[in-house]
Amino acid sequence: MTGAEIVMHAEDVHKSFGRLEVLKGISLEVTKGETICIIGPSGSGKTTFLRCINHLEKIDSGRIEVNGHLIGYRQRGDRLVEDSERNIARQRTQIGMVFQRFNLFPHKTALENVTEGPIQVLDMEKRHAVDKAKMLLSRVGLADKVDTYPGKLSGGQQQRVAIARALAMQPALILFDEATSALDPEAIGDVLYIMGELAHEGMTMIVVTHEMGFAREAADRVVMMDDGLIIEEGTPEHFFVAPEHARTKLFLSKIL
Amino acid sequence: MHALVAVDLHIIWQQVFHPHSVFFRTLWATVYISIISQAAGVLLGLLAALARMSRFAPLRWISGVYVWIFRGTPVLVQIFYIYFAFSWPTLHFGFWTVPDAAIAGIVALSINEGAYMREIIRAGIDSVDRGQMEAAKSVGMTYGMAMRRIILPQAARVIVPPLGNEFNNMMKTTSLVYTIGVFEMFAFAEQNYSQFFIADYFLAVAVWYLMLTTVWTFIQAYIERRLAVSERGDELSFRERLQAAWNPMTSWARGGGG
Repeated sequence: MTGAEIVMHAEDVHKSFGRLEVLKGISLEVTKGETICIIGPSGSGKTTFLRCINHLEKIDSGRIEVNGHLIGYRQRGDRLVEDSERNIARQRTQIGMVFQRFNLFPHKTALENVTEGPIQVLDMEKRHAVDKAKMLLSRVGLADKVDTYPGKLSGGQQQRVAIARALAMQPALILFDEATSALDPEAIGDVLYIMGELAHEGMTMIVVTHEMGFAREAADRVVMMDDGLIIEEGTPEHFFVAPEHARTKLFLSKIL
Repeated sequence: MHALVAVDLHIIWQQVFHPHSVFFRTLWATVYISIISQAAGVLLGLLAALARMSRFAPLRWISGVYVWIFRGTPVLVQIFYIYFAFSWPTLHFGFWTVPDAAIAGIVALSINEGAYMREIIRAGIDSVDRGQMEAAKSVGMTYGMAMRRIILPQAARVIVPPLGNEFNNMMKTTSLVYTIGVFEMFAFAEQNYSQFFIADYFLAVAVWYLMLTTVWTFIQAYIERRLAVSERGDELSFRERLQAAWNPMTSWARGGGG
């Protein structure tokens, strides 16, 4: 992987909520086209780390860069100060996010959900954005739901719209925050299939998941987090055949 | 002297169906004072609500003191103070003249209304799921854009029903500005009464207030129905919304559920 373009670079990231330290020094590098699955028990800090990458959470120390740009902060001397809202917003256009609870805009149709970012934020021409959104929606199997409001879509359909919404921004990186945890088993398959396709096509993805089948098949690298630290990382083969760390073995034995 | 229950139907009939042309000027005054005060009150309430949620502490304090003072003192006192403590201009827009007292009245009613609207708007914004702001930010929106395009349109569904009730109140509360000499509907009735000493002029003006609030009930039901179109499940029909608007108890009891 040497020489590959680095999309996300995290270095010694610390984060506390009050007196509870949830990230105790996370360092991780993701190269272009890679799919990283972050696994680990709940409370291990996976989701918090993911939310730090697009600055939905502030970090206490360390640094996170996406495409070589520091996220959320500006370097001032040897200190980091929080960046302006406008700059943070601009950086987020590069980072798609798919949420556990979908978070579609309920007052907008499926199509409007997908075109909202490109039209309002990227200043894309409306006709162009609509064409692109229709293409993305048919790609996730929802060509017939273009004018439907989220309230009339099933969970799986909503999540697929959310994926299309993230893709419409043409981000350098997409974060998936337990994207299938709120879905029923049938819908999980649909959503994982689309995520697998994206991974296969070379989208750079960081996926927080409990779906070990997905991690095994789609991930280039699996990262195990526990108690605010990365305790083991490696290829899926390494992970699911011969994990090294006792904590990883215990976790996998429980979940598989 | 009139007997206790005697109602002079002739005067009611005349005042309601064949009012003097001067009456329409006072009706117009009531209507424009209500609309402008309510609109400005919503705007002030929105600003105060945003200030209340600001990261900048002094803005939160200002918002708190504003609501504390204007909800904690009588609106009549506010009207008098604002009218007599400052000098207000009389404005001319072609045929339409807005006297200084009306300006002062509008200012006082707006500021008072803003204090009540702040709570209503804040409750509306609070009712929107936190994930909405995060989703908006994750497609690159700034706070302001996310508020305008994502949060406030959803908050509107929660804000509009109590806002409608506020406007209903506003139309009636405007009668207070008669005390600083604004010639509006109630002032007209009062003037007639002091000339002829016939209480039925008050009854007649009550009918006019009732007509205004009733027309508003229909408009409110229409607006709420439009807002509910994209909402699943608890879509109320036009008739159900009318019934809710007419019966304050049921609309209050259901208020929490939106």
